[in-house]
Amino acid sequence: MMKSGAVCAKFYRNSSKHLTKVERATSQRDERGSVMKSFKAIFSVAVVLVVAGCSQSRFDDSSYNAGANGVNGNIGAGGISDPASPAYFRETVGDRILFLVDQSTVNPQAQSVLQGQARWLAANPEYTITIEGHADEQGTRDYNLALGARRANAAREYLISLGVDGSRINVVTFGKERPVEICSNESCYSQNRRAVTVLASGLLG
Amino acid sequence: MRHALVAALCSLSLLLPNVGQAQDGPLRIEITDGVIEPLPFAVPDFIATSPAASQYAEQLARVVSQDLVGSGLFREVSKEAYISQYTDFNTPVKFPDWRAINAQALITGEVTLSGNQLTVRFRGYDVFAGKQLDGAGLQLTGTTDGWRRIAHKVADAIYSQITGEGKYFDSRVVFVSESGPKNNRQKRLAVMDYDGENVQYLTNSSSIVLAPRFSPSGDRVLYTSYESGFPQIHVLDIGRVQQRVLSAGNGAMSFAPRFAPDGRRVVYSQSEGGNTDLYSLDIASGATQRLTTSPSIETAPSYSPDGSQIVFESDRSGTPQIYIMSANGGAAKRISSGKGRYGTPVWSPRGDLVAFTKQNAGRFHIGVMRTDGSEERLLTASFLDEGPTWSPNGRVIMFTRETQGPTGRALLYSVDISGRNLKPVRTPAGGSDPAWSPLQE
Repeated sequence: MMKSGAVCAKFYRNSSKHLTKVERATSQRDERGSVMKSFKAIFSVAVVLVVAGCSQSRFDDSSYNAGANGVNGNIGAGGISDPASPAYFRETVGDRILFLVDQSTVNPQAQSVLQGQARWLAANPEYTITIEGHADEQGTRDYNLALGARRANAAREYLISLGVDGSRINVVTFGKERPVEICSNESCYSQNRRAVTVLASGLLG
Repeated sequence: MRHALVAALCSLSLLLPNVGQAQDGPLRIEITDGVIEPLPFAVPDFIATSPAASQYAEQLARVVSQDLVGSGLFREVSKEAYISQYTDFNTPVKFPDWRAINAQALITGEVTLSGNQLTVRFRGYDVFAGKQLDGAGLQLTGTTDGWRRIAHKVADAIYSQITGEGKYFDSRVVFVSESGPKNNRQKRLAVMDYDGENVQYLTNSSSIVLAPRFSPSGDRVLYTSYESGFPQIHVLDIGRVQQRVLSAGNGAMSFAPRFAPDGRRVVYSQSEGGNTDLYSLDIASGATQRLTTSPSIETAPSYSPDGSQIVFESDRSGTPQIYIMSANGGAAKRISSGKGRYGTPVWSPRGDLVAFTKQNAGRFHIGVMRTDGSEERLLTASFLDEGPTWSPNGRVIMFTRETQGPTGRALLYSVDISGRNLKPVRTPAGGSDPAWSPLQE
């Protein structure tokens, strides 16, 4: 839960920023005709703002930008209050883990998040996942692609050790191509060094 | 290539026989690591043999001048200083008039237009010796849409004759054109002349594209695309703008491809189970060969010009460093030894140097070292410089420079291997991952 008003205020700023982002992504989706899904996406964000308040670290839509395979909360019954919803997975379980500079070690905090993911995946067997590995901008493009692959795989291996079937898990690296935070200092870099678990429905091709 | 008709840029024929050596030696810029004084030259507007050709007469001379001045080794004497008006290609040059304004080299030309066919005759002179430069009196023919290439070839002939270096102006650069904010960068492959002209887009921005590389003959480009959702190596035919997936379809992620000097093989990185190793691929058969088996990261491979060795980046020592091994894999020898992290090594076309990206104490550098790791020389320093590529003659390096912060953007820069003449390369939007073509035929 929230620790201070300052954190909360920061969260609201982040939320509104991300809401803007979702609206943009939504309009792109409208062009593809998924109007109903778009409403759900906006609804999900609204619920986050009103109900969840500051309790979760952030709402992020990197997967819209990344053009990855995930469905990102647009399938399933409801919003964040529905434990079977992708929004719940993303916001309450936590969809991402962070890494130290140049590292791909799954630290205790990350282990806790992945344990939650494993439980959720056990309860929701219709989902497959793609783990996106990312790096901060400090480093060459090629090296960061390899580093992102390492991070995504570290998350995958840990999930498998918790009993998630490896055939449900794809990995992809984005290197430094898709930062979520854009400043050039550690406060942003620490958020960009991440492995994000993106849900998809159905069997992996 | 783009100017298919100009590819027939033809018939390099000497207009005049050599007139013998002057006593005081040939006009020559000796390129050393010290500071050099740019050599002053004059290039009057070319002579048009018809009113229709006149539109090219001045422009040809301007592009020749831009090439030479842009090399950092020449400076142009202003037209306002001219004493002689240059009006006839075949009238003997009044050398004293050019000596008086200290133009050490003089370039004259004549342009004839026939249909869409341009014919350019030109001569270079050593003004103080009072004679024509050896090998710099030529005739070039091409189509009007390729007029800039003709000018580049004129400049190449003059540059090469005076510096003793290989040519590089008549070349192209393939790169990634970038637009949009940092967290939603749109990337497209594009190709342009080395000086930023004639930009042509090769892909749309629907999927991320990275690090294009020319084939040795300049007709194809390897690059990494996320079209499938995962990074995979594609090869694109520039002339037809047709592309296909090159990497094996087993779902493995592949990136950092580069052609072998024979154009038949590709070396690249493939990630499986979190481990990135080097592989090579025979394009015709599709057969792959695994070159490294280390649990560390092996990436950014580049062949030696003779194809026998590969220089690459590995973090097997704990930090990214540069190694050289046989093109068939096997034991590798580390060549980088300075402080910091080294990456993206690229073997020079001459074979004597490796260009690289270095990260140290919060700064990035482009540098060069000999292939045994000695004589490391850093050419640049900034928040983020990376990904060097060599000009065809091995004199100039182009690279990506990215500025910091939320509004940071990537631009292309070039620098001489002596560290002089650092300057941005003009692109329509942001640009990254340049790769220089071979000299065009």
